[in-house]
Amino acid sequence: MNAQSLELALGLAAVLFVIGLAGMIARRSLVFMLLCAEIMLNAAGFAFIIAGARWGRPEGQAMFIFLLVTAAAEVAVGLALILRLSASLSASLSGKLKDLDADEIRSGGA
Amino acid sequence: MELIWLVPALPLAGFVLLAFGRSMRGRTAGIVGSLTVGLSAVSACIVAWLFASTGPPGTAVYATSLWPWLELGSASPAIAFSVDALSVTMILVVTIVGFLIHLFSIEHMAGEEGYHRFFAYMNLFVAFMLILVLADNFLLLYLGWEGVGLCSFLLIGFWYRDRANGDAARKAFIVTRIGDVALLLGILMLAADLGSLGIGEASRRAAAAWAPGSGMAVLAAALILGGALGKSAQLPLHTWLPDAMAGPSPVSALIHAATMVTAGVYLVARSNVFFSLAPQVMTAVAILGAATLLVAGASAIAQRDFKRILAYSTMSQIGYMFLALGVAAWTGAVFHLATHALFKSLLFLAAGAIINALGHERDVFAMGGLAKKMPLLFWTFLAGAFGLTALPPVTAGLASKDAIIARLWYVGGDARILWWAAMAGVLLTSLYTFRMLFLVFAGESRGAAENGGSVGLHAGPHGAGHDGHGGSGIGAATAIPLIVLSLLCLVGGLLDFPRFLGGSPFFGSFLGGALPRSADEGGSGLQEALLSLGPLLLTLAGIPIAWLMARRALEREAEPVGKRSSRLAAFVRGGFGFDRLYAFLFVGPILRLAGRGVDAVNLASEGLRGFAMRASRLIRSSQDGRPRRYLAVLAVGAAILLAAVFL
Repeated sequence: MNAQSLELALGLAAVLFVIGLAGMIARRSLVFMLLCAEIMLNAAGFAFIIAGARWGRPEGQAMFIFLLVTAAAEVAVGLALILRLSASLSASLSGKLKDLDADEIRSGGA
Repeated sequence: MELIWLVPALPLAGFVLLAFGRSMRGRTAGIVGSLTVGLSAVSACIVAWLFASTGPPGTAVYATSLWPWLELGSASPAIAFSVDALSVTMILVVTIVGFLIHLFSIEHMAGEEGYHRFFAYMNLFVAFMLILVLADNFLLLYLGWEGVGLCSFLLIGFWYRDRANGDAARKAFIVTRIGDVALLLGILMLAADLGSLGIGEASRRAAAAWAPGSGMAVLAAALILGGALGKSAQLPLHTWLPDAMAGPSPVSALIHAATMVTAGVYLVARSNVFFSLAPQVMTAVAILGAATLLVAGASAIAQRDFKRILAYSTMSQIGYMFLALGVAAWTGAVFHLATHALFKSLLFLAAGAIINALGHERDVFAMGGLAKKMPLLFWTFLAGAFGLTALPPVTAGLASKDAIIARLWYVGGDARILWWAAMAGVLLTSLYTFRMLFLVFAGESRGAAENGGSVGLHAGPHGAGHDGHGGSGIGAATAIPLIVLSLLCLVGGLLDFPRFLGGSPFFGSFLGGALPRSADEGGSGLQEALLSLGPLLLTLAGIPIAWLMARRALEREAEPVGKRSSRLAAFVRGGFGFDRLYAFLFVGPILRLAGRGVDAVNLASEGLRGFAMRASRLIRSSQDGRPRRYLAVLAVGAAILLAAVFL
C-alpha cells in the first residue's frame, strides 16, 4: 500500500467517523444514535486495519477484533437499555431523558 | 496585700455558685449573694488597713500580677491588680455599698420571679466593677468596663417580659456603647503610640513624649473622655440613664447611682496625666459637667416618676464631679464620688422600699403623707436628701460639694462662670429635692393604696403574700442597710471636713498619694466660711420655693386633664428634648434605611450572593442532560484541539 492510497483510505475513515458523529448529533432517536456510534466505531476500526496493512503488522487486525467485541457488547447492553426505556417511557427520544427521574420513568411505564 | 485578688474573686465565685446552683430554695440565693459580697468587703477593709498602715499613708503602689493574659508584642497586658489610694477608696465604696444593697435586696426582691438570676447578675456586676477599679492596665480596665455595662443591661431588663424594660436596657447598652468605642480607640491609640498598656507606665511615657496641648495628647484625652461621658451619663450621651430606671430599685442604687455611672469619674481621675497634658479637653470636661449639672437638675424639677427624679439628680451630681475634674480638683471629684455613693444609694433604697410598699406606684403625685405612715423610710430618706442638698447635720454632701464649689471659686478668671453654674446647680438641687420630699412625705395621702392595691407605672410581677411589702412590715434586712447608710451619710463627710470647722483633710492627703494634689490656694478661714455659706443659704432659699412649686403642681393636678401641664413643662420633663433630637438625627434615618429593604451594610454580602447565584445558573445550563448537546460540544472542542495541533 503506497502513501497515496493510505491517505485516501484514512480520508474514508475520517468521512465515516464524521458521518457517524453528525448523525449522533443530528438524530433524536436513541436507536439511530446507537447506529451512529457503531459507524464511528467502524471508522476507528477501519483506521486500525489500514495502519496494519500499511506497515505489514498484525496488531491492526488484533485491535479490530477487540473493537468488534466491544461493539457487540455495547450493542447488547445499549439496545437492551433503549428497548426497555422506550417500553417504559413510550418514547425513545434522547431529549426526553434529560431528567433522569426514577419516579417519572416508573410512572411513565405504568 | 497579696490577698487583693480575693476582693474581686469572691463576688465572682458567688456568681458562679448562683449561676450553677439553681436548686437553691427561698432566700438562700440572696444570702449567698450577700455573703460573698460581704466577705469581699471584709477583705477590702483588710487590704485598706494594710495599705494605710504600711509607710506614709497613700503613697505606695502595690501591683500584683496574677497571670499573663495576652502577648501583644511590646505591650503584653497581664491579669494584674494595682493597689493605690484611689483604688483602695473605690473598692471600699464598691464593696461596702454593694454589700448593704445586697443585704437590702434579700428582702426587697423576695418573691420576685428570677430572684436567683437577680443575685447572680448583681454579684457578677460587683466582680466586674472591682476588676475595673483594680486593673493595672487599660485592657483589663476595659474588660471590667464592658462587664459592668453588660450587667447593667441585664439588670435594667430584669423584668424582661415587659417590652418597655427590654427597650430601656437596649437603649442603655447602645448609648453607652458609643462611648465605649471611643474608649477602646483611645486605649488602642495609647498602646500603638506609647507601646504600653499599663496605666502607670503609659502615663509616664506620655508625660515624657507628649508636649502639653499637642495633638496626640488631646486626641487621647478626648477619646478617653468619650468613654467616660457614656458611662457616666453626661451630655451628650446621657439619655439612657432616666430610662435605666426600668430596673429594680437596688439595681438603680448600686449600678445607676453608686458605682457604675461614677466609673467615668474614676476613669478620668485614673488617667489624669493624659488630661493634664490636654488643657482643651479639661475645659471640655468642665463645660460638659456644668451643662449636665444644669440640664439634669432642671429636668429633675419637672419629673413625676419617683425614680426618674433621682436619676436626673444622679446625672446632675456626676456633673459636679466632672466640674471638679475639669478644674483638676481630682481628689475633690473622688471624694464627692464616695459621698454621693452613700447618699444616693440610700435615697434609691428608701425610694424602692416606698415604691414596693405602695404596690409599685412610682408617681410622686399619687403619694403624699408618708412621713407618718413610714417613719423609718422618712427619716432615712431625709438623711439622704440632706446629703444631696449638702445641709447639716448630714456631712456627706456638705463636705464634698462645698469643697468643689470653693475650689471653682479659687480657679478664678474665665472659670468664674463655672462657679456660677455650680451655684445655680445648688439651687436646682434644693428645688427638686424638696419638691420631691414635700410631694412624697408631706400632706395627706393621695390615692396610692398601701400593700399593693393600685396599679402603678410599673406593672411588674408583685411578690404576693410576703412580709417585705407594706409600710409597717419592714423587716430587718431592709431596715439595717438603710440605717447603716444613714449613719455613714451623717459622718462620711468628716473624712475631709473643712478646716475652718475644725476638720482635717484626711481623705485629700490620703488620695494625694495616687492623684496629684490640687494646688491649695485656699484663702483664709473666713473666706472659706463665706464660700460655704453661699451654697447653704441658696439651699435654704430653695426650700420655700420648692414648697410653693409642690403646692402649685398639686393644684394643677386637680384640674381637668388637658389643662394640666404647659408645653414648657412637658419639654423639661422630657429632658429638654434630647431623646427626640436623637430620634430625629440618628434613630429615624437608620430605621428608614433599614425599613426600605436597601440595607447598605448588607449590600456587599448581598452582591456576593447574587454573583454566586448567577454564575451557578450559567454553569448549570451546560449540564442539562441532553447527550446530543454534550456530544456537539465535545466534537467542536475536539475539532478546535485538532486544528490547534495540526494547523
